[in-house]
Amino acid sequence: MIKNISNLGDAALYCDFGSEVNKEINSKVIQYFKSIQKENIDGVNNLTPSYNKLIISFDLRKKNFQTIKKLIENLNVTNDDKLDTNRIKIPVCCDENFSLDIKRLEEKLQLTRDKIYEKFFGKEFFCYMTGFIAGMPFLGDLENELQAKRLETPRVKVPKGSVGLTEQFANVYTFESPGGWNIIGNTPQVIFDSTNENNPNLINPGDLVTFEQITKDQYYNNDE
Amino acid sequence: MNKNYFEIKRAGINTTFQDKGRDNLYHIGIPFSGAMDNRNFQISNKLVGNELNFPIIEFAYQGPLLKYFGENINFAITGDVKFIIKKKNNAIEGNCYQSFTLENGDELDIISTNKSVYGYLAVSGEFDVNYQWSSCSVNTKANIGANNGKKIKDGQNIYISNINKNLSDKKLNYINTKIENIRVIQGTNFDYFSDKGKKIFFEKEFVISKLSDRMGMRLEGPKIENIVDTNIKSEGLLKGVIQVPADGNPIIMLSDHGTIGGYPKIGVVISADYDKLVQLTPGSKIKFKKVELADAETLFKLYDLETENLISQI
Repeated sequence: MIKNISNLGDAALYCDFGSEVNKEINSKVIQYFKSIQKENIDGVNNLTPSYNKLIISFDLRKKNFQTIKKLIENLNVTNDDKLDTNRIKIPVCCDENFSLDIKRLEEKLQLTRDKIYEKFFGKEFFCYMTGFIAGMPFLGDLENELQAKRLETPRVKVPKGSVGLTEQFANVYTFESPGGWNIIGNTPQVIFDSTNENNPNLINPGDLVTFEQITKDQYYNNDE
Repeated sequence: MNKNYFEIKRAGINTTFQDKGRDNLYHIGIPFSGAMDNRNFQISNKLVGNELNFPIIEFAYQGPLLKYFGENINFAITGDVKFIIKKKNNAIEGNCYQSFTLENGDELDIISTNKSVYGYLAVSGEFDVNYQWSSCSVNTKANIGANNGKKIKDGQNIYISNINKNLSDKKLNYINTKIENIRVIQGTNFDYFSDKGKKIFFEKEFVISKLSDRMGMRLEGPKIENIVDTNIKSEGLLKGVIQVPADGNPIIMLSDHGTIGGYPKIGVVISADYDKLVQLTPGSKIKFKKVELADAETLFKLYDLETENLISQI
């Protein structure tokens, strides 16, 4: 199922599952991720599943690229890991102060902001992966008309709660962070809770997410 | 109750608790963190007789000014750091890689790092810190780790327990060397860049930008031209990965890096050069030098052995 394994630097395996991004390929990535996690391989210190890649990093004091590669190639990957699916609703305010890149998107997409919001809020998203910053969910898939590239120079600071679009994906900045996504609004919802060590993420891979537009008043009166 | 503590009279610029960092959380978006310069972190602990992974205080550029209250305690500072120990009747300039004793009422003024970024303060005891996912390392972006995941602030107290009663003097003869050539393995998107871009990457000088921190090091210099796509499908990152966004200026991922990124990877800094890379100050000029995987593995073994040797000399 892995198309190709190469090295990323001297302390990681780069497993390529194919060039496309779709739920089938992503499910394979997640199956591998779960199987390797269960193996608890000595010296492996991190697994990063993404849309169509899995990066396995290891402690160079204990293992090297060749030894880990062999282990992964000979691994029996089970198919029985069904993704646990939750349905989650995220409130978003699109006030001028929050929708930092809506003008850029109007120009790039040749759509009015009303049209962009109508399409965005009418959609149910699938969570492919979490990461970049703690708990950030990568949600797909946006239709072609809403797809835009990242900013050419990433922002040094994107505000916490920002909801952004890039290519066929949407996400939420769970913390203030550098980043290059097109920001269309902001949510008051807590997406990542570090005090809950066993389950810090509100949204996990496989979950289904919808966004709900709220007013500025509702944003500031949120219980959070 | 605990009676040994530092009063922070001046916190410094970026002063945090760190240990070796936390594993196995990339998949939920939490990076390793941990001390940026792992060698100097471990040496600081050894100089005060601690286990190598004890929490220490990491500072960048300007360090903290601390007033100590409690029973006698040893401390050591590693890196390339100017600091002064102020006693009741005199003040002496301290040396890095040497343990000193603090008595009740003494002040330790960590003035600055010299032409380097990070320094480490270890004490012969345990800082009272909270752990998250088995590490105290502070990640200020996600507010994880000791001190509620925040930098140490002016006016706060830092408590210390289990002080080691055996205050033996320890010293190491060691001088941090600087590097200008950073050794790099080609990245997974190396062929996204034009021949000219590839040449520039391995032949020209880059200057470290002021917009550098524990997350990443931004570089300025000749632009590296991308001929395929300036975006990739977002995928995992590691410390040392060099991404090139559309503006052609490389960014090197450091210990608090985002776990996932969408810019093409032109290269990865080898593990052997990471500790020295992070110590380079803004304005420093660097060049990238290409190495193969097998060489990188050997170079790391040598570097790791050298670190072990240094530690065993203490």
